[in-house]
Amino acid sequence: MRPGHFSTAVEQSIMAVQLEFLSGTPYFYGLNPAQLESIANRVFEKTAGRAEIISMEGEGATGLYFVASGVVKVFKTSADGKEQILSIVRPGEAFNDVPVFDGGPSPVGARAMGPVVLYGITRDDMMAILLEHPGVAIGVVRALAERVRHLISLVEDLSFKHVIGRVAKILLEHVGGDGGQGPRLTQQEMAAMAGTAREVVGRSLKTLETQGAIKLDRHRILITDQEALQRTVEDS
Amino acid sequence: MSETPLIDEQRCAGCGLCVSVCHLNALVIVSKVVTIVDAVECDWCADCELVCPTGAISCPFEIVLVGSWRSHKDSA
Repeated sequence: MRPGHFSTAVEQSIMAVQLEFLSGTPYFYGLNPAQLESIANRVFEKTAGRAEIISMEGEGATGLYFVASGVVKVFKTSADGKEQILSIVRPGEAFNDVPVFDGGPSPVGARAMGPVVLYGITRDDMMAILLEHPGVAIGVVRALAERVRHLISLVEDLSFKHVIGRVAKILLEHVGGDGGQGPRLTQQEMAAMAGTAREVVGRSLKTLETQGAIKLDRHRILITDQEALQRTVEDS
Repeated sequence: MSETPLIDEQRCAGCGLCVSVCHLNALVIVSKVVTIVDAVECDWCADCELVCPTGAISCPFEIVLVGSWRSHKDSA
């Protein structure tokens, strides 16, 4: 925490909280208290309200962020405005690392899903930390590798699998019959059935709604054009 | 059939992430377990389900056919 804004007692209290937080993140796991303190001295705090954009796709990064509380959605937006969630960042996890480490524009956007508190480290400070504490690089590499693994899995889903057809098939197979109620399905359950990620199911449902095959009506998915849904199954 | 998100109290860790993302303030934490306080307001955005790290809250969809069924499940 940078000096000057808090009384000594409050500052120490915040520092203690940050030290505990930092020691629990994959980036700084295993560092001793002195090393953590030198890193905590470079941490700044940032807050954001619900739906507030924290970083814009295509813009430079203001820093590497760790979520202290709340949840951040990392996403990519297509030219026609469709949003694909890439990851949900929960407390203890980081985002914005790609532009911080390569110095380029951010390849994704990040938005607060509710009130969030972030701990940030500027690019210059992060580079200095890596030089001073080479052990941090191991944590960074591990975290980035984990991220790459997740993104490769998502690329596979989005590129090679006809997920939308499988989701359409699931809807047709689970519709309530003869006026009765069929089994209720969560997006997570549909994802498991379709062999894909929940984020991809959400987008598939929105695409089917845009195509007019279904309508999302609160807790119900209304099949408004059964033949269109059937064609989606057959075409995929 | 319930029209509120389903909560598995055994799984709920009481972290409150679902409460923080609920834009209609329909959720609260009571005794370290998430509770629905205003289900009427719930618009089923399923953000609570999305952010829950333990899968304790879910928003299942009922799938309903509008109109009569044609060519049915046999060909699906």
